[in-house]
Amino acid sequence: MQRIAWKYYPRQQDHNTEQNREKSPASVQLQLMMSSSFNIFRVGISFVIMCIFYKSAVDSLSELSPQKYFSTLQPGKASLAYFCQADSPRTSIFLEELNEAVTPLQDYGISVAKVNCVKEETSRYCGKEKDLMKAYLFRGNILLREFPTDVLFDVNAIVAHVLFALLFNEVKYITTLEDLQNIENALKGKANIAFAYVRAIGTPEHRAVMEAAFVYGTTYQFVLTTETALLESIGNEDIENAHLYFFHCKQVLDLTLQCRRTLMEQPLTTLNIHQFIKTMEAPLLTEVTEDPQQVSTIHLQLGLPLVFIVSQQATYEADRRTAEWVAWRLLGKAGVLLLLRDSLEVDIPQHANVVFRRAEEGVPVEFLVLDDIDSLISHVESNVHVEEIQEDEDEDTKSPNMDVQDDEVAETVYRDRKRPLPLELTVELTEETFNTTVVASDSIVLFYAGWQAVSMAFLQSYIDLAIKLKGTSTMLLTRVNCADWSDLCTKQNVTEFPVVKMYKEGKNPVSYAGMLGTEDLLKFIQLRISCPVNITSVQEAEEYLSGELYKDLISYSSVSVLGLFSPNMTTAKEDFTEAGNYLKGYVITGIYSEEDVLILSDKYAATLPALLLSRHKEGKIESIPLANSHAQDIIQIITNALLETFPEITVENLPIYLRLQKPLLILFSDGSINPQYKKAILMLVKEKHLDSLTPCWLNLKNTPVGRGILQSYFDTMPPLPLLVVVNLHSGGQVFAFPSDQPITEQNLLLWLKKLEAGLENHITILPAQEWKPPLPAYDFLSMMDAAASQHPTRKDPECTKETDVQENDKKQHEDKSAIIKEPIETLRIKHWNRSNWFKEGEKSFRHDNKEL
Amino acid sequence: MRLAAAARLWGPPGLLLTFALHPALCLRPGRTAAPPHRDYCVLGAGPAGLQMAYFLQRAGRDYAVFERAPRPGSFFARYPRHRRLISINKRHTGKANAEFNLRHDWNSLLSHDPQLLFRHYSRAYFPDAGDMVRYLGDFADRLRLRVLYNTTIAHVTLDKDRQAWNGHYFILTDQTGQAHRCSVLLVATGLWVPNQVDFPGSEHVEGYESVSVDPRDFEGQNVLILGRGNSAFETAENILGVTNFIHMLSRSRVRLSWATHYVGDLRAINNGLLDTYQLKSLDGLLESDLTDLAVVKDHEGKFRITLKFFLEESNQSADAITLPQDDNDNFAMRVAYDRVIRCLGWKFDFSIFNKSLRLSSSGEFSKKYPLVKASYESKGSRGLFVLGTASHSVDYRKSAGGFIHGFRYTVRAVHRLLEHRHHRVPWPSTEHPISQLTNSIVRRVNEASGLYQMFSVLADIILLKENATAFEYLEEFPMQMLAQLETITGRKAQHGLFVINMEYGRNFSGPDKDVFFYDRSVGHTEDAWQSNFLHPVIYYYRHLPTEQEVRFRPADWALPRPTAIHHIVEDFLTDWTAPVGHILPLRRFLENCLDTDLRSFYAESCFLFALTHQKLPPFCQQGYLRMQGLMGTESLRRHGIESGLLRDYATVGRPREDGGQRPVGSSPAPGLPVQPLDGNKEEL
Repeated sequence: MQRIAWKYYPRQQDHNTEQNREKSPASVQLQLMMSSSFNIFRVGISFVIMCIFYKSAVDSLSELSPQKYFSTLQPGKASLAYFCQADSPRTSIFLEELNEAVTPLQDYGISVAKVNCVKEETSRYCGKEKDLMKAYLFRGNILLREFPTDVLFDVNAIVAHVLFALLFNEVKYITTLEDLQNIENALKGKANIAFAYVRAIGTPEHRAVMEAAFVYGTTYQFVLTTETALLESIGNEDIENAHLYFFHCKQVLDLTLQCRRTLMEQPLTTLNIHQFIKTMEAPLLTEVTEDPQQVSTIHLQLGLPLVFIVSQQATYEADRRTAEWVAWRLLGKAGVLLLLRDSLEVDIPQHANVVFRRAEEGVPVEFLVLDDIDSLISHVESNVHVEEIQEDEDEDTKSPNMDVQDDEVAETVYRDRKRPLPLELTVELTEETFNTTVVASDSIVLFYAGWQAVSMAFLQSYIDLAIKLKGTSTMLLTRVNCADWSDLCTKQNVTEFPVVKMYKEGKNPVSYAGMLGTEDLLKFIQLRISCPVNITSVQEAEEYLSGELYKDLISYSSVSVLGLFSPNMTTAKEDFTEAGNYLKGYVITGIYSEEDVLILSDKYAATLPALLLSRHKEGKIESIPLANSHAQDIIQIITNALLETFPEITVENLPIYLRLQKPLLILFSDGSINPQYKKAILMLVKEKHLDSLTPCWLNLKNTPVGRGILQSYFDTMPPLPLLVVVNLHSGGQVFAFPSDQPITEQNLLLWLKKLEAGLENHITILPAQEWKPPLPAYDFLSMMDAAASQHPTRKDPECTKETDVQENDKKQHEDKSAIIKEPIETLRIKHWNRSNWFKEGEKSFRHDNKEL
Repeated sequence: MRLAAAARLWGPPGLLLTFALHPALCLRPGRTAAPPHRDYCVLGAGPAGLQMAYFLQRAGRDYAVFERAPRPGSFFARYPRHRRLISINKRHTGKANAEFNLRHDWNSLLSHDPQLLFRHYSRAYFPDAGDMVRYLGDFADRLRLRVLYNTTIAHVTLDKDRQAWNGHYFILTDQTGQAHRCSVLLVATGLWVPNQVDFPGSEHVEGYESVSVDPRDFEGQNVLILGRGNSAFETAENILGVTNFIHMLSRSRVRLSWATHYVGDLRAINNGLLDTYQLKSLDGLLESDLTDLAVVKDHEGKFRITLKFFLEESNQSADAITLPQDDNDNFAMRVAYDRVIRCLGWKFDFSIFNKSLRLSSSGEFSKKYPLVKASYESKGSRGLFVLGTASHSVDYRKSAGGFIHGFRYTVRAVHRLLEHRHHRVPWPSTEHPISQLTNSIVRRVNEASGLYQMFSVLADIILLKENATAFEYLEEFPMQMLAQLETITGRKAQHGLFVINMEYGRNFSGPDKDVFFYDRSVGHTEDAWQSNFLHPVIYYYRHLPTEQEVRFRPADWALPRPTAIHHIVEDFLTDWTAPVGHILPLRRFLENCLDTDLRSFYAESCFLFALTHQKLPPFCQQGYLRMQGLMGTESLRRHGIESGLLRDYATVGRPREDGGQRPVGSSPAPGLPVQPLDGNKEEL
């Protein structure tokens, strides 16, 4: 835990120190930013990182008699005195806080004393009763204010109140919008305003504002309010938190215009306010002609990124306006510079219009091609955001928190654990009831484990299915918790979870192999009719093909398959039957092998043995010859036939199309697809121009995750509809069909030709990294080694740190690293080096022996 | 020939009966041909012998069990003398999981028949030994195990033969002279020869095996008990209330099983004497080496304790022998005893084995056991395995291998080894995709009984397949044989392996340890390695350790130093299924060992990855891409969005409504589309 204090030095002795400090190579970024802003006002003020421990080493509250106290007061110096009667325990909490306030107040040149009112020498400041003891603020020997002790409830309140009283002129306290407008009008063309809203006087935020006012109070007009109505009237609803606005009034010359305002987005801390004000002071837009990698501005020192807008002579005016616009938008978040390409010596890629440089050293600059300002802003903001998080972590723990769940399934199931599920809709089976149940009725059995997140997530879908089927299905929905009935699950050959099996008359269980979700399982259950169905007459066959026969099932299977065989084709029939059985639950198959089969084969132009495929949606029936096809081939034929030529791609069906191993041509559409586009693509398919691709479309209304995909391709949402080719299986390039061209057959064809010829540039390449461990693991091995070699140790790490700090006191903050909490021992195992363990092992071994 | 004498003296009463009843007596074959052959011969129909018979029978092997008594479990027919077993029969655990419940059932043997669980035989937490005899009888009968009762194998010898599985046959000769030829010999005879200490006057000492169990016989007596095991305390417990006092003498300090975590040490159920000793009720414990002692009978017929040394000095009459108190008038055992009882335990009967079998004792600290390897095979002759109590040298004073609840699993391990060695049936295993790795481990550490009982002896092994996309799971492998894993199991360990073991904290257990110290429990996952109570430990090796590495492993280590190690933090309920406390750190460990991401994902996430990454995490590859993605429900998705792990894509950056009217990017380079400067001024 560190606290930042702004330290006050008397003018005379200060100057040299400051010089030195500014020149010393500061190792920590924080220091850099701290040391860059001196000689601002009054006496030299500097910012020093101080440890909270510092105070314990130095100042403590001095105790004086009234007479003694008044004799120490120096003209012009401020002093806070607490007058109290002989020690009363009730005030001790206040005294503790006061004691803590000694150092920070001394940093501002304010002395603090406890004055003991002894009987002999009473003072008018000594209250008559114990309850009425107060603290008084003097400048010289003039009383400025008196404070009841309950106002000074903690160290923040003490510092805030004292500074507030001293800076009465610099900080204007207002209550109405009118006040604010008056101040604003008065300062237009003259000075900028820092306007702060805090929830109450004496809060840490109030203190931060006052500390800032102490430094910047003469440069900017500080305005403070605690009125929520005032905050709301300038358009901020978030009254729970403190806010700081910077009003850019100095440059406003036309008194009828409002001052531009910039809201500080970080929480109000002394350091953040300082940083914010520094960025407000920095020039809005700088023109540079150097290598972006070499440029340095205050922003980098403050840990903010730089955005270079690339310009050239021809478009300079427009670019400059754009850049200014961007600069305003990014004020306080990033530095904006105009990079003049023509006078630049370094080469930057032709297409890039923005260069982005992160504040971290050693990170190469990024060359971006951005289409509009919004995407630029969001790119910067998303990056800045990440940095902030990282910084926070740096300061708090230094190591990522490995105990935070990052498995989405485990986390969601855990969060949902208290919601009771209507489990009673399914029958819980046990070792005793299992066999009798699955024999007595056709059953679906879900095997799951109560402790396993994935199966518990699926159990919810299963229960949803039970709700859907309630009272309608002849199929009994049951479940077995393998955490309880381990042996039963093993006997049913279930060693992973979850598993769904269908038992008919207790025998030959069929394992469900589809998506673990309500819809797909429902389809599986509905389509369980024995496959293939034996069709006995031509009329029935026609009904079957038209979808009449299994009307209620058509919604689950958009295709009906009918095998046509002469009565004597026994092996072919067997193969088909086997395939039908295999596909049971996924598609309806039927078989027809009566004497009059020729009627059908003639009608549908099929040569026996053959397969008729009826697509109900399109009302089309096609025939596929089956000569010499084995069961496996038939399965393949049918599965392929189930694929559509231009499907709507969904979460459920993508894997089937990925199996084709071809690049995807995806039309992203917000809602249903424009029939013209569909026609164009189907034409291309028909003319076999798309054979090397899998054409499909994605409806963002049905598959909202498509937005996430587009975002990763384009950073921001591009206008829709949009056509992309994603080369998933080789190279990972993503190409976008130019959005300014209408999607027509000709344009598409031309574009695809160019693509094929390699004349199109990809918009992005999908990352090809392996999936690595999201976080490191505990390195117990080295913890054990450490314990073996260094004995009791690390009993109280906090203590050692404190001594460190005290020792380093003189060096001040040079050694920040020493104070930062050491990272707990986490290491990626792959870095563990075999030879090292051996050495370590020997060492610890020897040590042990010695001990014995 | 002391051993033989002892055998005759203390052997069970069935021995003589055997001669009379054995039918072979009448059919004694007069042929010279080779004796009848069996692939497997099991000696002894006690729990271990029956357990092995069960596995051999299930595997359809050619085997026979030889038992000298007419019924199984003859040891239990006599012992413990006071009939109370100290192995727990916990009939309720609040769980239905049969495997888990075996963790707290110390008497049942393993079988597929749920009726053959000990809880159906006794309701007592510490059951009666008679119930054990009944149980073992039922076990043999119900399962139709092939046991030759009333057959005493008097002699075992070797017959070298190149054709034999092991280069020799074992020739067993029974009491009738009938020989039996066996390819593999499984010795499950237990320890039944009472341990005796030879000192002057030892003839005055009564043995545990024959001392009266009727308390009335001890009314008002001074009793000295030699020994400090459970039999000694059990004897004391029985007569505590009727004697003047009981003194208990042994070489070493008392070892309390709750301090050592070893069930063979003194169990709290027997330790009433400790209580009365420490509460100053005349009873007491003394430490001295028994071999230095001498017992002399004085003229009143009472027993006086003196030192062997004094007897050797002079050859005087009994009453004139020097007693320690003559020099040292406050000698502790200066009082005269009415009885001296020996309760020193039992040892293995080595006498029937011919020298050629080279079956020797295990050395100084476990003399009573035959010497075997960690695979339970004799070091002297291949094909001879020692099972059950007699095999306890492997984990003496460490784990439970000398007791039913432990050796039922080591017997199974031996059987699996034999199946592979002689029948090419590889060690049973299940194969899973790598996305199931965490699950497999969590399942086993939470229910496996073999791991729990035989902690640090039997361990589960996970063998990784190439590129770590899949793995094989092997259960309950004798972990000291890790280096020989491939030859023993017939499985390949080329791509790294995990070993799943259960361990107590390093310095937690011991006869002088305070196991109730404050702060003994560890709750934080980062301190898991300091866990004291039994907890799962997972070792990761990139390569199978060599024999050298196993043998010369660091002291205190159950296995050689691994590439990485993980401790699952101890759990008060031994329920290691807490998502963040147990499973998450385990997953992180496995991920870092394999350098991959083992999280599970909903189908929607996999869909996103599939279209935005060239590679997918294993869970998506092995689930979603095979059409088995996890769809999730609306309420789960809402939780996901709240937690920040899922995004609500419906609200993600909606596209502009002006539908591509604006010319975008017509000239690629210079600057961005210009927007009016004052347009959005008020926005801030």
